[in-house]
Amino acid sequence: MNTEAIKDLLYKMADDALVIGHRNSEWTGIGPMLEEDLAFSSMAQDKVGHSQALYQIIHTVFGEREPDVLAFQRSEKEFKCCQLVELPIGEYDFSLIRHFLFDHAEALRYEMLTTSTLMPLAQLAKKVRGEIKYHVMHADTFLKQLANGSEESKARMQASLNYAMPYALGIFEKSAFEDTLIGEGVFGGEEKLQHLWLEKVTGIVTTAGLQMPQVDEAKIIYGGRKGFHSEYLKSLLDEMTEVTRIDPSAEW
Amino acid sequence: MKSNTDNITSSPRHPITSLDPRINRLDLKRVAEGEQTASHLVTWEVFHQEKRGKQPTHAGIVHASTPEMALMFAKEQYARRGKTTNLWVVKTSDVYTFSSEDEEIFETTPEKTFRDPGFYKVRERIEAYQAKNKI
Repeated sequence: MNTEAIKDLLYKMADDALVIGHRNSEWTGIGPMLEEDLAFSSMAQDKVGHSQALYQIIHTVFGEREPDVLAFQRSEKEFKCCQLVELPIGEYDFSLIRHFLFDHAEALRYEMLTTSTLMPLAQLAKKVRGEIKYHVMHADTFLKQLANGSEESKARMQASLNYAMPYALGIFEKSAFEDTLIGEGVFGGEEKLQHLWLEKVTGIVTTAGLQMPQVDEAKIIYGGRKGFHSEYLKSLLDEMTEVTRIDPSAEW
Repeated sequence: MKSNTDNITSSPRHPITSLDPRINRLDLKRVAEGEQTASHLVTWEVFHQEKRGKQPTHAGIVHASTPEMALMFAKEQYARRGKTTNLWVVKTSDVYTFSSEDEEIFETTPEKTFRDPGFYKVRERIEAYQAKNKI
């Protein structure tokens, strides 16, 4: 198997999960209502858990450093997350829309990976299926509710959807290893995933009564997968690693 | 359009500075000025079922606007730990109860131990035991 290709896939998945998990956890304690505060925080925790499991595969199967080191001691340039997950939490409508767009992509990606030839990844994909099913259910319920709520809630959801879409399409930025991954049966590829996602998301958005934004190819925000990030990732990493940096060798 | 992030990334005239960056991002001045309003949602009673076939037991309440939202919140609120097979939600206003003034109708029930399922079967043995041990 092509190690570089697989590591690239694992890193981008792990980094996406870690960064969105960290971002969403910023709502903890200040969520719109107690029940939602708890639900959103719990899902954020799940995401960080997924990143831990992926870093663990990178560590045990490919001999890279420990998960904590991979999460807290890599530079911004070494991160492979898409720019969608880096954006600040904004107002709740944006965080919900991002959660909706990202989690559907994640759910479909793991679904494809249940048949991966990389066994630990296929096993993880099966293990997290239930968790992600709830994440998607949560996102869909909120989308439906707010798209049919007040005029303001509908307008806010639509505006955030329009804003997030060019970033969301950046999730599917192709790597140099697409053909290798597909050929070795590790992963079905970003193009296939994007196709499945677009179909799924369009269906839910339209049923909810919102408009699916049309995005020109030129407007899609790529770069994250190659280490080119928005201005927000650096400050996120600084904040996230503030405690570890005091003493990176400390035992927890 | 205006970026979603504009409000968040900088708040130069912050009334409160906290060690917790999340608190600083809150922009509490806006809240104090009443820009955000809270609306009250109805409550739903949540019942938790541990195993298939087992009776669901009352776990607590959630606030939500629809049954779907109530179930969604109940999952994280009451099924985060331990084993769960299902949850039920019932709108609180659909639950009928006696008036608290009528509580006296239950008053003498605890005395009617002859209604306990084990009463007749073990009564004699308990009495014999009590007599023997002078309890």
